[in-house]
Amino acid sequence: MNASPFATSARTATNRRVESVGKTVLAGVTALLILPLTAILGLLVIRGAPALSMEFLLEAPTAGMTAGGVFPAIVGTLWLVGVSLAVSAPVGIMAGIYLNEYAKANWLTRMVNLAIVNLAGVPSIVHALFGVGVFVLFLGLGTSILSASLTLAIMTLPVIIASTKEALAAVPMAFREACWTLGATRWQTIRHVVLPNSISGILTGVILQVSRAAGETAPIMFTGAAFYLPFLPQSVQDQCMALSMHLFTVSTQVPNVPEAIPYATALVLLSVVLLVNMFAIAFRTYLRRNRKW
Amino acid sequence: MDEYCIKTRGLKLFYGEFEALKGLDIRFLSGKTSALIGPSGCGKTTLLRCFNRINERYEGVRTEGEVVVQEHDIYSADTDLVELRKKVGMVFQRPNPLPLSVRDNILYGLRLHFSRKYRDASTLDEALETSLRAVHLWDDLKDSLSTEATTLSLEKQQKLCIARLLPLKPEVILMDEPCSALDPDATAKIEELLRDLAGDYSLVIVTHNMAQARRVSDECAFMLLGEVVEMRRTEDLFVSPRDQRTANYIEGRFG
Repeated sequence: MNASPFATSARTATNRRVESVGKTVLAGVTALLILPLTAILGLLVIRGAPALSMEFLLEAPTAGMTAGGVFPAIVGTLWLVGVSLAVSAPVGIMAGIYLNEYAKANWLTRMVNLAIVNLAGVPSIVHALFGVGVFVLFLGLGTSILSASLTLAIMTLPVIIASTKEALAAVPMAFREACWTLGATRWQTIRHVVLPNSISGILTGVILQVSRAAGETAPIMFTGAAFYLPFLPQSVQDQCMALSMHLFTVSTQVPNVPEAIPYATALVLLSVVLLVNMFAIAFRTYLRRNRKW
Repeated sequence: MDEYCIKTRGLKLFYGEFEALKGLDIRFLSGKTSALIGPSGCGKTTLLRCFNRINERYEGVRTEGEVVVQEHDIYSADTDLVELRKKVGMVFQRPNPLPLSVRDNILYGLRLHFSRKYRDASTLDEALETSLRAVHLWDDLKDSLSTEATTLSLEKQQKLCIARLLPLKPEVILMDEPCSALDPDATAKIEELLRDLAGDYSLVIVTHNMAQARRVSDECAFMLLGEVVEMRRTEDLFVSPRDQRTANYIEGRFG
């Protein structure tokens, strides 16, 4: 019998080797991505464990920040995340809807889009200075939760707008046409069909900004977060402590802090972000399942 | 009823600089089925989409000339798009039921346009049954009205898309290749439905499939490069085309 006409040729063998090398490299690099995350988490848990306790979560810092807990900082972070997202989520979503569903492709729209992209690229310390200038001084809100939250809101706004636009653009045109052909106005179309089908994507964008708002230190440092406060904030006009700020303080500003405290603080910060995200994800699942609207 | 459900006068449409429709004068008989045939890019779908002004939702589209429906130019300033679309419904290539239940799909139009006092339960149920019966879906779906419409077979989805227009009592139903996503069995069923609907409604159907045009339509227009080459009774057009280009196309020499 002759050699099979379909036997592997030298050239094909080489191609196949290159293929398997390429695949291995890509898969390896992807697998490596798990490393930093597990390393960070592991480090935080191991180093922070000695300081972790119920008291750490539920008490205020004592002895010049070298002992006690982080409770006021947890409360402050929740305030900041809550108030800033209460501002940036509705504003960002509404702007995203307008830009994707209504805005015509003219120079004004292009300018707005350009502004949003650039806003997303502004370093957080510049947001901080803007916050001090506009909210704290010019609008006279003082250093307060409100000023800090508004600063964070401006910082998170562009990403929320961008992810809203993306989620809306992913809704098939056919759904909109189906509504139009029944004589639905644009708003009816958006309300009945476009939003229910994009709400999870939109909320994903918002969820991602929770960790951003909780984690940034610079924007809140001069606008509303304090090193130490002997009382909990009572309203948005008060200052507050914050986990990110507290982490910065105990790791660089205060001498003789036991090593475990900064690590434990970082772990709490991470947990708070995860917890808030979990609530948001549960809410998203609820919306998706019920499609109440 | 007017003799013609749609009349155009000097209808031109531009996509940016490109002239997709080159001054069309075309008329469609009321209560009949009219087909638009022609090779890809001839403008048949574009023309169809002029009749409910759905083209305008996209950037860079400009229209000139008149389209007269019910003795009124629908491109005049006093035409409300919402009112127009109630009278001129559309069915698309791919069935596009809304991601709602069968019932909510059918009643969506009524819910959009009528305030609550006109929508007591019995009116809605009646509209639901009448519409589903008209498209031969009632017997299949009467016990599963709360099924998600997107889980139905494509044939049923397309029938549903036709049915949901009916509660608004349209004058004209525009169909843009309504069977191109369907298999031959489903196509046959939709065609049967089209024959039942003709008479009650004026149908204008765009199709790639010449045999289909022949099977379902009363009159037929052959379009080429943004112009109507010939429009006549379907039988006449296919048996004795007047224009050489029509003859070449229906014999399959190009397109």
